[in-house]
Amino acid sequence: MLATWASTWWLSKDAFSARTATVLIMAIAAFKVRLVLLHFMELAHAPLLPRAIFEAWVVVVVTAAILAVYLGVFTA
Amino acid sequence: MSTIAIAQPRRLPGVPGVWVFVGADLMFFGLFFISFMYERSKDVALFERSRHALDIDFGGINTLILLTSSWFVVMALQAARRDRLQHAATLLAMAIGCGITFGVLKVIEYSGKLSAGISMLTNDFYMFYFILTGIHFGHVIGGTVVLMILFNKTRGGDYGSHNMVGLESGATYWHMVDLLWIFLFPLLYLVR
Repeated sequence: MLATWASTWWLSKDAFSARTATVLIMAIAAFKVRLVLLHFMELAHAPLLPRAIFEAWVVVVVTAAILAVYLGVFTA
Repeated sequence: MSTIAIAQPRRLPGVPGVWVFVGADLMFFGLFFISFMYERSKDVALFERSRHALDIDFGGINTLILLTSSWFVVMALQAARRDRLQHAATLLAMAIGCGITFGVLKVIEYSGKLSAGISMLTNDFYMFYFILTGIHFGHVIGGTVVLMILFNKTRGGDYGSHNMVGLESGATYWHMVDLLWIFLFPLLYLVR
């Protein structure tokens, strides 16, 4: 968790292009969210249907957020 | 004689209702996150300019605070399952302290913005910033109150290995509050 927090902080600096950084930041956030879901909220031991629903939420939201970045480039 | 490991059946911690609530809240915030990214894509320059006025340190420290508080809650539940109720209560108190600290930092952060003349009416980025972090802040306050109730009841012996449902429900809600901020912080403060 701490590693992801430090790495996203670093990603917000200028080492990568804005788009790459955005995608990586979102991906790392999704990874952290999944860790909280599975281990803090004990979804790893939950019945598979609720677990699938919440894992799907992470995938859908992160994908849509990243797509919105690229869509914006085309509608601009 | 060999021992056979008995698998624990899969279960959702806490009452099912809290998971329905968590699901609904995540849908709501999920839509907000997506609409933020969409609106941002329509005027990246404005959003990027506005983002620079945010203090990343506040955001980063608040993330650490909530992560730590969730960790305390996890340990509190582990202690309660072993009937170490005093220890559980102490850990819950530390989580409450984290919630209060988050609140104090939020108030300082908002005050700074407002006194610099920045409000939710300033532009679209700030509308999202104040509304998203504001609604989240409401959840933090509610969650802290829940933790206080859990703290009282744990000290009173209401919870333990015989009854974990209340603790698990409250903990699930608190982890959701942490989870939302884990997404919100990079979304508002870091994405460039």
